Amino acid sequence: MIRFSDVTFTYAEADHPTLRRVDLRIDEGELCLVVGQTGSGKSTLLRAINGLVPHFTGGHLSGEISIDGRSTRDYPPRELADVVGMVGQNPAASFVTDVVEDELAYTMENLGIPPEVMRRRVEDTLDLLGLHDLRNRPLLSLSGGQQQRVAIGAVLSASPRVLVLDEPTSALDPAAAEEVLAALTRLVHDVGLTVVLAEHRLERVIPFADRVVLVPGHGEHLVVGSTAEVMATSPVAPPIVQLARVAGWEPIPLSVRDARRVAAPLRGRLARVPTPQATALSGADRSPVAVVDHLSVAYGDVLALDRVDLDVCPGEVVAVMGRNGSGKSTLLAQLAGLRAPARGRVRVLGQAPTSLAPRKLIKLVGLVPQDASVLLYGETVAGECAAADRETSLEPGTTAAVLDDVLPGMPRDRHPRDLSEGQCLALALAVVLAHAPPLVLLDEPTRGLDYPSKDRLVQVLRKLAAGGTCVVLATHDVELVAQVATRAVVLAAGEIVSDWAARDVVCRSPVFAPQVAKVLAPEPWLTVDEVRSALVERVHE
Amino acid sequence: MTLRRAAVPSRRGLHPAAWWLWAACLAVTAFRTTNPLLLVLIAAVAAFVVSARRTSAPWSRSLSVFFRLGIIVIVVRVAVEIVFGDRLPGHVMFTLPHVPLPSWAAGVSIGGPVTLESVLQAAVDGLQLAVVLVCFGAANSLASPYRLLRCLPTVLYEAGVAVTVALAFAPEVVMTITSVRDTRRLRGRPTRGVAGLRGMAIPVLEGALERSVELASSMDARGYGRRVAVARTTRRLGTGATAVGFLLMIVGVCGALDPGSLPAGGIPFLAVGALLLGAALAAGGRRTNRTRYRPDVWRAREWAATGSGAAVLLSVAVAGALGVAGLQLDVYPLHMPLLPVIPAVGILIGLLPAVVAPAPQSTTTSRPPASPATLRRSAAEPAEGRLA
Repeated sequence: MIRFSDVTFTYAEADHPTLRRVDLRIDEGELCLVVGQTGSGKSTLLRAINGLVPHFTGGHLSGEISIDGRSTRDYPPRELADVVGMVGQNPAASFVTDVVEDELAYTMENLGIPPEVMRRRVEDTLDLLGLHDLRNRPLLSLSGGQQQRVAIGAVLSASPRVLVLDEPTSALDPAAAEEVLAALTRLVHDVGLTVVLAEHRLERVIPFADRVVLVPGHGEHLVVGSTAEVMATSPVAPPIVQLARVAGWEPIPLSVRDARRVAAPLRGRLARVPTPQATALSGADRSPVAVVDHLSVAYGDVLALDRVDLDVCPGEVVAVMGRNGSGKSTLLAQLAGLRAPARGRVRVLGQAPTSLAPRKLIKLVGLVPQDASVLLYGETVAGECAAADRETSLEPGTTAAVLDDVLPGMPRDRHPRDLSEGQCLALALAVVLAHAPPLVLLDEPTRGLDYPSKDRLVQVLRKLAAGGTCVVLATHDVELVAQVATRAVVLAAGEIVSDWAARDVVCRSPVFAPQVAKVLAPEPWLTVDEVRSALVERVHE
Repeated sequence: MTLRRAAVPSRRGLHPAAWWLWAACLAVTAFRTTNPLLLVLIAAVAAFVVSARRTSAPWSRSLSVFFRLGIIVIVVRVAVEIVFGDRLPGHVMFTLPHVPLPSWAAGVSIGGPVTLESVLQAAVDGLQLAVVLVCFGAANSLASPYRLLRCLPTVLYEAGVAVTVALAFAPEVVMTITSVRDTRRLRGRPTRGVAGLRGMAIPVLEGALERSVELASSMDARGYGRRVAVARTTRRLGTGATAVGFLLMIVGVCGALDPGSLPAGGIPFLAVGALLLGAALAAGGRRTNRTRYRPDVWRAREWAATGSGAAVLLSVAVAGALGVAGLQLDVYPLHMPLLPVIPAVGILIGLLPAVVAPAPQSTTTSRPPASPATLRRSAAEPAEGRLA
């Protein structure tokens, strides 16, 4: 179906090729997962499939890519639209019309599909992706996860034979992600759809993949093979695979079901070790950094937050969870003083954040938004650091020093736009942390992060919390919550549904449970690190 | 049965072309009268219909922008009159120092006595333009620009990438402003005043342009502009006919505006040009095999809305033909403007769409805008100007 023959691609003005001598064949009806660290060229590989690379990006491509027998050399992306459906990383950027229903029909209109057929397929797509409640809604009023589903539906409705998805579940809550993946798997099995998808949250997609393509980056050769083969050696691996490596399971299990079957001995070994306990919250003796008191926020007639009460104390890492559009980001915006509350109060160290001038605000609260790069304006990393010091009258060199602490050895002459997601996040975090605010807010910090960058983030956050900073994360990433959070707040329709220690929240709900917890239930083990250190201790005893 | 059907809110609301025709009729009416009461009445009718029938979509908020623009127009017009105007005689309010100009600048005067009459006349001139702007804003808030684009003949769709990108640009700028303002606040940089403006201009434009490029590539990837095979000569003939047709039309319009410059007032040029253009459009339509999903249909209520606009225009035209007093502003002698009955009643007919157009869907079914803290480069949230 898709064939890359000896493809080498170099971006204009780049000194080395992003893809070098790629030979790849993906057959019909395959669900192929593309993995690799950030900046390794996954997106380039995906966008080359329908010719957006190089038709829209420029650069030099040699070799040949053919889809269903058509070469991208002869056919521009628009002439391949009936075969390939492409969903990019940022779904909002792909919207052409303004209402959900029209967006679903757009590709079909261009392909000249008869109106009666279109009508039927739009309805089918609405059902398939659970969008029927949203059919008349303006696209711009949807939440991130809803937009993601509409973008997938918009290409699916034209029933392409190949579907290319770049991080399709990164903006989705765990339940919605599972729904989308289940729908895709069904199409692969029912109609022989070929799916190529890139994803960082491997724990979500590994069980569905037939084959894995590992893009090592730096123009090295691709590693292609069955999922188990590639995962045995891959530098990026989901928790379940890491657990298998620690426990020495062979062959490597890829789903929770397979893992549980071989996990009995491990559970037995761990049963003799004291289980990790929820870290006691001794908030009583410390005064809270931020107080949210009966906060309500409304957009039009809809309550985004409904009488929310929340105290956050120094040293806490609070994870705010909940489905797409449940009010997580609104809560962060309130704490950061970006929006005024409709009713109720928000206080950070006794002051209302909305009333503060920007310069004073950043000494109290630091927010790193979902796309960290929007915080960065400088021409180079060094320039960004210097500008941050100058504009907010810090000692020269402060930001650079913090950056070295967050991520040592960052190239200083790079343009912020050329940084990987992880580096970008580190720089934005450094800019925010330079003022040492007592309250640090992160919105969906692991979106687009590979596992090494995520580990780095976890270390930084733990260090911050140990230093008495209070961290609030809005996230869908249960693995991150398991690793770093001390407390988890679950929001639903603007109300707090549960506010417990993180360990309890993720263990008590199958939707929020991380993979390790699912494999080792009923014992409350959450992360591979916990298991590893427990096993090591046992050996020493 | 019919009653029950009428109570159900429609999926899509009125045909966008109906809204534009209605608004165009109001705007033309505004050009035909200088009675300030009638002008204000037209603006009020437009504003009322907008408030009754606009949706929660982002473009629905454009009316207030046009109102502000209208006020600026009036203020500028009056200011220009005070400084440069050729003076109408009458009641002198105050006298500005007269600036003598060299002889080659004859016809322009600066300063001098400012009369109440001239200021009033200028204010009404400004009001006329402001009301036209409000009508334009009303059409913008009521009709979705994308849906209007869908109604264009297929061949014009070729210019569609440019048009779609242009349509998306303005809302995108508004949204980028919000997100850039937020990020600047998070970085501790000024968000107001000159310093704030200077720092924000570049990222806002950059963000909106970036989004435009992404949009174009997305349209392409989704099959926009696919062609069916057509013989080369046919294509060339089509392009040639379009160009010549446009040229003849332009010449014809010039002739119509300047009687006597062309034989028969340029009408033959117009006719031949229109014919050529029509043929080219029809031929070009066959080059793409686009289909339409649930095309907007023209039903009774579309006729009613357009008809009400036409009635407004007609009432003023009839009043003009009958010589009804008070249609034009008369400052000699100064008096309260009259409210002529025929045009006033006629303008009120323009309220009809507020009833016949289907009610917009209740906002309770719509979720809040994606929250402000999800700052992305092409942030997907309607502008929330509360911090401004």
